[in-house]
This record gives sequence, C-alpha cells and structure tokens, in this order.
Amino acid sequence: MIMQYLDNIIFILILGAGVGYFASNIKKAIRNIKLGKPSNRNDRKEERWKNMLLKAFGQQKMFKRPIPALLHLVVYLGFIIINIEVIEIIIDGIFGTHRVLAPLGKFYNFLIGSFEILAILVIVSVTLFWIRRNVLKLLRFQNPEMEGWPKKDANIILYFEFVLMSAFLIMNAADYKLQVLQYGHYFFEQGIVGSFPISHYLYNILPDNPVMLEMIERVAWWFHIVGILAFLNYLYFSKHLHILLAFPNTYYAKLPPLGKIDNLESVKKEVQLMMDPNADPYAAPAEDEGEPERFGAKDIFDLQWVYLLNAYTCTECGRCTDVCPANQTGKKLSPRKIMMDVRDRLEEVGRNIDKNGEFKEDGKSLFDYISKEELWACTTCNACVEECPVENDPMDIIIEMRRYLVMEESAAPPELNMMFTNIENNGAPWQYSQLDRLNWAKED
Amino acid sequence: MSDIQVKTMAEFAAEGKEPEILFWVGCAGSFDDRAKKITRAFAKLLNKAGVDFAVLGTEESCTGDPAKRAGNEFLFQMQAMTNIEVMNGYNVKKIVTTCPHCYNTFKNEYPDLGGKYQVYHHSELLQSLLEEGKLKVEGGSYEGMNITYHDPCYLGRGNGQYEAPREVLKQLEIDIKEMKHHKENSVCCGAGGAQMFKEAEPQKEEIFVFRTREALETNPKVIATACAFCNTMITDGVKFFNKEQEVKVLDIAELLVDKVK
Repeated sequence: MIMQYLDNIIFILILGAGVGYFASNIKKAIRNIKLGKPSNRNDRKEERWKNMLLKAFGQQKMFKRPIPALLHLVVYLGFIIINIEVIEIIIDGIFGTHRVLAPLGKFYNFLIGSFEILAILVIVSVTLFWIRRNVLKLLRFQNPEMEGWPKKDANIILYFEFVLMSAFLIMNAADYKLQVLQYGHYFFEQGIVGSFPISHYLYNILPDNPVMLEMIERVAWWFHIVGILAFLNYLYFSKHLHILLAFPNTYYAKLPPLGKIDNLESVKKEVQLMMDPNADPYAAPAEDEGEPERFGAKDIFDLQWVYLLNAYTCTECGRCTDVCPANQTGKKLSPRKIMMDVRDRLEEVGRNIDKNGEFKEDGKSLFDYISKEELWACTTCNACVEECPVENDPMDIIIEMRRYLVMEESAAPPELNMMFTNIENNGAPWQYSQLDRLNWAKED
Repeated sequence: MSDIQVKTMAEFAAEGKEPEILFWVGCAGSFDDRAKKITRAFAKLLNKAGVDFAVLGTEESCTGDPAKRAGNEFLFQMQAMTNIEVMNGYNVKKIVTTCPHCYNTFKNEYPDLGGKYQVYHHSELLQSLLEEGKLKVEGGSYEGMNITYHDPCYLGRGNGQYEAPREVLKQLEIDIKEMKHHKENSVCCGAGGAQMFKEAEPQKEEIFVFRTREALETNPKVIATACAFCNTMITDGVKFFNKEQEVKVLDIAELLVDKVK
C-alpha cells in the first residue's frame, strides 16, 4: 500500500522541506532587516506603487543599457512564465497524475510550446551572460569586491538556470517520444498532448527503448522540480534574492528629489534647544529619555531598515560603481562594495543572533568592512542612486557613516575640520570675513 | 565704480518695503574672484529685467550644505536655523540663487526646519524672464559656435532640472553639443560632497580632469555650466589640458548678459 504511494510521499516531503526551509530563512532575513532603525517610507503611496511597477516589474532602469536589458528580460520572463509549469508538476507530484492540465487542449499545447521557446531563449541568454562575465570579462565584474564568492555566486546562478531549462527540455523530449510510442500512461486517447517546438529536435538522439526513455523522463522530471526547490533555497544565500526583494525595495525606495538628505531629528531637538533663548541650560533631562541616540551610523543597528533591505536586494551588477566618479578615477570607493559590506555585516550579526539567541557584542562594526578612505571619497553626486536598477541608495549610507565619524568621533579629515571652523566663525567655508560679503557689488 | 544697482534687505526694511525676491549670493559667489563675476552678471540681468530684488549682504551666511554633506549635521542645522530666522525676519517668500547647492538645501532641506520658500535656481528665473519678454536677446547670438553644457549634480540629478539652463542657451541660438554623459547620466565635476575643501583620496587622476576630457571631446569654444563650483573645477581641468587660450568656461548668466539689451 505504502509502496504504491512512495513517489507521492517522497515528493510531498521534499516539497515541504524545500518550502519550509526557504520560509524559515526569509523569516530570518525579515528579522535582520528589522534590526535597523525606523524608516519613514509610508508616504506618497501612489508614487511608490508606480515606482515598483516601472522599476521592478517593468525593469525600466535596466534599459539604460539595452543589450543586457534584453537578455535579462528574457531570463526574467522565462522565470515567471515557465513557473506556471511548476503548478502542473506539483499537482502531478502530489496526486501521482501525469500532465494533469492536458484537458486544457489547444491552450495546453500553446502553453507547453511557449515554455519551450522561452526555455531555449533562457539557455541562450544565460550562455551570453556567462560569456560576458568569464570570457569578455566586462570591466565592472572585475573589481576587487567581486573576487571569490561573489564571482562564484554569479556563475552558480547561471549554471542553475542552464541546467534547469535543459532538464525541462529533456523531460519534454522523452515524454513526447513516449507519447509517439504510445507507451503506458504516456499514451493519451486524444493523440499527442502538448507541443514540442524545441524538444522534438532531441527525438532522434534519445534511445528507442521505452523503459530507458521512461527512466530519462522521470529523472529529468525529478531533477527539474528538486532543482527548482534547491534554487529557491539558494536565493537566501545569494545576490539572486533580488528577484523577490526588488519589489518591496522599489516600493520603499528614495523618491525624488534625490538631492534631499534627511535632517537628523535627534540633532534637530538639540539645536532647537540650543537656539531657544527661553530654554533652561541647567534643566535636567526628562526621565523617560533613556540612552541618547547615536548620531550617524557605526553599525547596521544605526541604519534605517530600508538600507538593510537595500543591501539584501543588491544584485552586485556594479552599474553604480561603473558610473561613480570616484571609482572611475581610480579611488577605492565603490558603491557596490558599500552595499555588499552592509549585507556581509548584517549577515554576520544575523548568525550571531542565531547562535546566541540575541546579539552578543562582538567588538565589530561596519567600520571593519568600510574604510574611512572610501567614505571620504564620495562627492554625493547621486550617480549611483540614479543608476541602480533596483533603486538602492549607497550614498545615504555613506552620509550616515560620515555623520558618525564627525559627530561621535570628531574624525573628519583636517581640511574638513578647517572648513567647519570657518563656517562656525565667519559663516563661509573659507576664511573670509562676513563683512566682505557685498564687495562683489562694488568691484568691476 | 560698479554699474550694478543692488540693495540689501536691511535697506528695504528701513524704507518699510519688501522686495519681491531675495537673491542669495552664496559663499563662492561672494568671495571667489571667478564666481563674483557670475554674481555680477546675474545681478546685471536682474537690473536689466527690472526685477525687484535684494541681497542679505553681510547678513548672509553659509547655508550649511558642505557641512551637512561632510556629516556635520549639527553645524548644518545651526546654520540653517540661523538663516531661517534672518529670512523669516525679513518675511522672505521667494529666493533665487546661482548656486545649485544652496538651491537644493533651501528647496529640500530647509522646509523641515521651518524655512518654507519658493526657491529658484537662476537658470529657472532667467528662463521665465526670457519667456515673459522681460529680457530680450539682441546684439548677435552665438549661432554656429561650438558650445557644450555641463549639468551640475545638484541641479540635474539632485532636482531633475535639466531643461531650464538648456532653454536659456537655446534662446541664444546655441545648439548644444552634448557630451557623452549628460543630463541624468552626467558626470560630477568633483567638487560636491565637501570635496571642494579637501585633497582627493589616492587616485589615478582628478575627477575634474576626467570630466573636462569628456567636455573637450566635443571640441567646444565654450563649456557652459550653471554652478560656481563646477566652473572652478572645469576651469582647472581646461588648464590641465593647456586649453585655456582656446576654451572658455562660462556660466549661462555670463553668456546671456552680453547679449541682452
């Protein structure tokens, strides 16, 4: 009895484990993102939905560079549309049916046919992507931060997609041949079910022995679905998480004007108090104030949660670094590395929490990942923010870390301290007297 | 003696009057010798158009922009709140400035601190003065001259204003030869984010050299811009390439002032 349903049971167990493990990791990611400070990104809802529709769903920013955009679009559409097929696979797997959606008739043929065409286009696209990375060695994939895991990660994703699509086509090819041979339950009364515009080319390569064919079909079927579940679970550990997070990330993105940098509320309170002539300078602080808030960001806890979401969403494409004037002129700053560093530190903190139940001080901070040299090289020109296909904001992270350096550590470069002193003393970044401000009108 | 008519807010107040608009000169515009020429050009244009304006003069102070972008939020907010007190004291409603950094700060960062004004960059005001006919281009144009335009980050990407300066140039019959990177893809001159006030980090070359190379590729007679800091950086770039005899770096106000009656 059990033996009869062994396949179904194994399938349900694998499916449950795959989805369950993925869900538990997503919960962890959400927990980690919530380690950040509050972020007020619930305003301008209509614009936010529109932004998500255009940038995430419509991939608007990708099209600044048409060739990769086109290839990416194919893989993206392939991913979404071919996953309709997964619905059938899951039903078949649970109930032991075969091509349960076949009664859809012509529409079913149309679906399977388009999946096949998309599958081959995906195979072509990922091959071209692989060539861009590994043979043409596009400059932006060669920066120091791409060495090691990030480079491997990018290739693993391409291999995954290649193999999954191949398994899908092989499965269809074997199935088609079994239908032609009218073998066992592969035989349908109504004739050939599905259409196989691509996989029928494999017809002659496959063996004629139906038992062998069935084995090939089954192996490819299992490989395809287990592969999809494995890929799903790989996301959490990979830059490929963007396929999910690009949606919330573009919703919560910084909306124009990009030139605006938020005013720190904690500073506002203090400055207002300082400038209020009626304020009592000796007043004791209110009882419920608790520990004073840190100015700027030393660690991921000090960043608004939206920047932590940014870090998880970063696809490491490097377009930000490609357009960064500091990076282009050979400086160490790379906006992509800033995003990757924030994620690395965030994941380190996450593992710390997994191990200890709560965060146990580890004596580390973002400054173990990001150097002052990088932070001080930024011109705040917003090129990186403008360029990012998923609307990340590396620039504001840099400002937050500068704030920490300046206001908590007094660690600005000496020339900038001079500039601050000048502004304080004579209301200009240079050493000129405020009394000379109108001289321009008298000269010629 | 200068031929510019300019009054301060204090002088207006002493007469019991309020000007229509405050011209915020900015630190570069007040103190930098090159930038002062831009200030004078713009003031002359305001005179010619009959705009009712005043400056703060010795009551003006830094907006705090370089401090904020260097991470000194304290100093920024101190400056901002002091400036807001002064401007609100004079009942300022409209501000025009030639500096995209002052413009951005007033427009986006002051409202939250109690300073709510209608803020214009001088390119925007010049565009509307030309459209309203208050400024008329006469005495020949720059037709046929190779001119390129460099987008200041805080006017362009920062605030989406790509068209106003281009419209002003168009009124002068300038057919802009765009650089490879322009508008939202423009490359920074290297001065922003408080870089103006410090040496660069270890590097292969200066950002202004990188950007000026791109500008020179259009083979220009004039590199136009709309920011005193961009002007300084690109002027340095032109000197770096030993082109200062052939190529001028000019603000849109300077290009305009010679050609209006």
